[in-house]
Amino acid sequence: MIALRGKALSAPLEEPLGHTVWKIVDVATANSQRGSRAFVVGEDGEAPEGFDLYLTRSCGPSAGKGEAVLRLPPELDYLSGDDVISVSDDGQRVRVLWRHESRQNSVLLTERCNHYCLMCSQPPKTANDDRLLAEAFELMRLLPRGTSEIGFTGGEPTLYGQGVIDLLRLCRNLHPEAQVHVLSNGTRFADPEFAAAWAGIDNPNMMVGIPIYGAEPARHDYVVQAEGAFNQTIPGILNLAQLRQRIEIRVVLHKLTAPALPEIAEFIARNLPFVYQVALMGLEMIGLARANIPELWIDPTDYADELVEAVTLLDRNRIHTMIYNHQLCLIPRSMWPYTVRSISDWKNEYHPECVECSVKDECGGFFFSAKYKVSEKIKAIPGEAPREPALLEL
Amino acid sequence: MAKFRGPLAFQAPSAEWQLLPFRFERINGKVLVTNLVGEHLFLSAEDFDQLARNELPTDSPLVRRLRAKHVIREGADELPVELLAIKSRTRYRRLAEFTSLHIFVASLRCEHSCPYCQVSRQSSDKGAFDMTWETAALGLESAFRSPSQNIKIEFQGGEPLLNFELIEEVVAAAEVRNASEGKNLGFVIATNLALLDDRVIDFCRAHDVYISTSLDGPADLHNKNRPRPGKNSWELATAGIQRVREELGVDRVSALMTTTRSSLGRVREIIDTYVELGLTSMFLRTLSPYGFAIKTKSFDAYDVDHWLPFYEEGLDYIIELNARGVPMVEQYAALILKKMLTNDDPGYVDLTSPSGIGIGAIVYNYDGDVYASDEGRMLAEMGDKKFRLGNLHQDSYEEIMLSDALLAPLEESFAPSAPMCQDCAFETYCGSDPTYHYATTGDFVGRKPTSGFCRRNMAIFKLLLDRYEGDAGTRALFQTWAGH
Repeated sequence: MIALRGKALSAPLEEPLGHTVWKIVDVATANSQRGSRAFVVGEDGEAPEGFDLYLTRSCGPSAGKGEAVLRLPPELDYLSGDDVISVSDDGQRVRVLWRHESRQNSVLLTERCNHYCLMCSQPPKTANDDRLLAEAFELMRLLPRGTSEIGFTGGEPTLYGQGVIDLLRLCRNLHPEAQVHVLSNGTRFADPEFAAAWAGIDNPNMMVGIPIYGAEPARHDYVVQAEGAFNQTIPGILNLAQLRQRIEIRVVLHKLTAPALPEIAEFIARNLPFVYQVALMGLEMIGLARANIPELWIDPTDYADELVEAVTLLDRNRIHTMIYNHQLCLIPRSMWPYTVRSISDWKNEYHPECVECSVKDECGGFFFSAKYKVSEKIKAIPGEAPREPALLEL
Repeated sequence: MAKFRGPLAFQAPSAEWQLLPFRFERINGKVLVTNLVGEHLFLSAEDFDQLARNELPTDSPLVRRLRAKHVIREGADELPVELLAIKSRTRYRRLAEFTSLHIFVASLRCEHSCPYCQVSRQSSDKGAFDMTWETAALGLESAFRSPSQNIKIEFQGGEPLLNFELIEEVVAAAEVRNASEGKNLGFVIATNLALLDDRVIDFCRAHDVYISTSLDGPADLHNKNRPRPGKNSWELATAGIQRVREELGVDRVSALMTTTRSSLGRVREIIDTYVELGLTSMFLRTLSPYGFAIKTKSFDAYDVDHWLPFYEEGLDYIIELNARGVPMVEQYAALILKKMLTNDDPGYVDLTSPSGIGIGAIVYNYDGDVYASDEGRMLAEMGDKKFRLGNLHQDSYEEIMLSDALLAPLEESFAPSAPMCQDCAFETYCGSDPTYHYATTGDFVGRKPTSGFCRRNMAIFKLLLDRYEGDAGTRALFQTWAGH
């Protein structure tokens, strides 16, 4: 688990920081942009002049006096050049917006949502957090050209309306090569004007991931705790499809959805055959899911049949299907080719049993949150026994 | 936890259910329900009664299944109707792009004398039964008038290789023409392969021509069905198939079988013959009631009830082969499964509605007569020109495509408005086949309770559904077939 936020050990500022989003520099080069950059002081203790903010590692050398200096907590010592952070005005709170080393950066745009999913990993809040959107705009400008993947998540990003459209257009214009993935519950796209504005971004590398938790309204609406959701999400998907937008359908598997998986797969194949891909997601025991463990927990081995049935059906209908966040020892071998090693690096952990496992490197592993609930059937997959040399019968 | 609402909060009130258009059929104590576009589910008799009496409980898996399959909707739901409309449009979209298959009867002559053949002539008089270039040129003109973006030109006979010069001319002219038309153009020669030679092979390679041939089964059966001088039809056909596979590619040749009384009881041997030749697809055909087949009474000799066990045994054997890792597709089942399990209709002439006559396939006979289907041409050979749409030399494209000879059978036989078809749970899987019904009853619609077409296909639909529901492996196999 890699920390994405932390409190400064010390931040003796003389005056509040002028802005919140900082790109980190660890090698002093040109002078021109130092104002908007934060210099992280290395082992050599060198701190070139001219930066508005200096970061020092928890036990590392300090920077010069009289500058704005922020001492990072140990868990954020990993920060280095080209990472992007957001720092509160008083320098106390640091949030990591972008890790240059990672290919799984996900930009949180809001914590507000019009759904309240039983298993939400990011429990919705109601407070205005428009600053997150503003930070995302800034982040787009700071990311290096050639950034290959950018994910946007929430909350529900489309609650911003035109604001998120503007952000995604900026993203397309500054990072045309990047694969852009946006998570949304899809309801906003039921509005044809919004769907058209989305299509107007005109980014062929952009995909929206929309969850479906049932093949009819009752189950879906219950899972997302919003009446009428299904009857907006599906028309939203149809609107996007008509505009030739790339759509991913996501199904989080738990006790309420896994038994209906074949029905959901059939519904997708028959009603939404145009989708770009389907992602079947293992349950992350975090956020609201932890509060609802009795309602949601199901051992993945108990839905193996449904998983095989659904994946087979989607595959035969030529719908690209991926299984995320599942441990290989809990699903049938025939499903292994569909698994994606996907748990964000900062969330990934392994179980003690995994030490002996021969396929650990191919396995999705666990969310760190698995400590709250994990299948009792986790079992190391023994390696192929080295073949005995054939005895020559004489 | 108080923040979360329970499942009941999201269920529609029970009084609000509305039935969407669906049809049903009782099968072995269960009830098959199909929705407007042919998505199916099986209900127990008790569940079906609840549905029929509008006594559905609110909180039940049954309601969820019925809503998911668009059999019922909650009063205010617009979405199911919208989705059904989209699926229906998808099913029928092929109609706007009509007539993709254009059959040129290059010659009626044949060196075989198969007793079941409807049309062929034993003749050395090239002039009397061969298509001329003038006629073929008009056929080509007609083919390129078709709205379809996909144009397939199929040469049939008799034995079309007896008039190979014409094939060469037509292919060359079609390619020139297509340089400006930009259609997806393909060619097929339907041949018994007895006359396959270097010239034909080189030509097919150069012009990407596909070979369709006949293979009735093991040597003794095939040679009995398909007599020719030398009694070596099977030897020539199998050698030809192998040669095409090696010199043009395994995917460049397919074989069709015709079922005769002699075939009954030998379906496994027939299938094995295909497997041994390395073929991965076959079509377990029934004998059609046209032409010499009626004349020689070989059609009367066995009816649907004799054919069905043959088909069932064959299908099960093919399923078994696949389970053992031997790939084989039964094409008739695959056609039906595509209609059952997807929103696509392959538009197979005999099994689609409106019928595919004229608008799926059209036949240009050697003499310039245009027929709505191959069966229509065979009927004409029997003296009944009901399905003759006109003649290339006398009638314009418009006169042919708008002729009563085409529009009347299309309209009259349209299954969703045909008596009994409109109520049939299998209607979306089936077709209207006006040619068959006319040939057997003198009427485009026919009488469904006594229709052999109806009986045969209903039995196959039930068989396929039974195997699909019965076993996950077969389900996966059928989904693969449907996806082809």
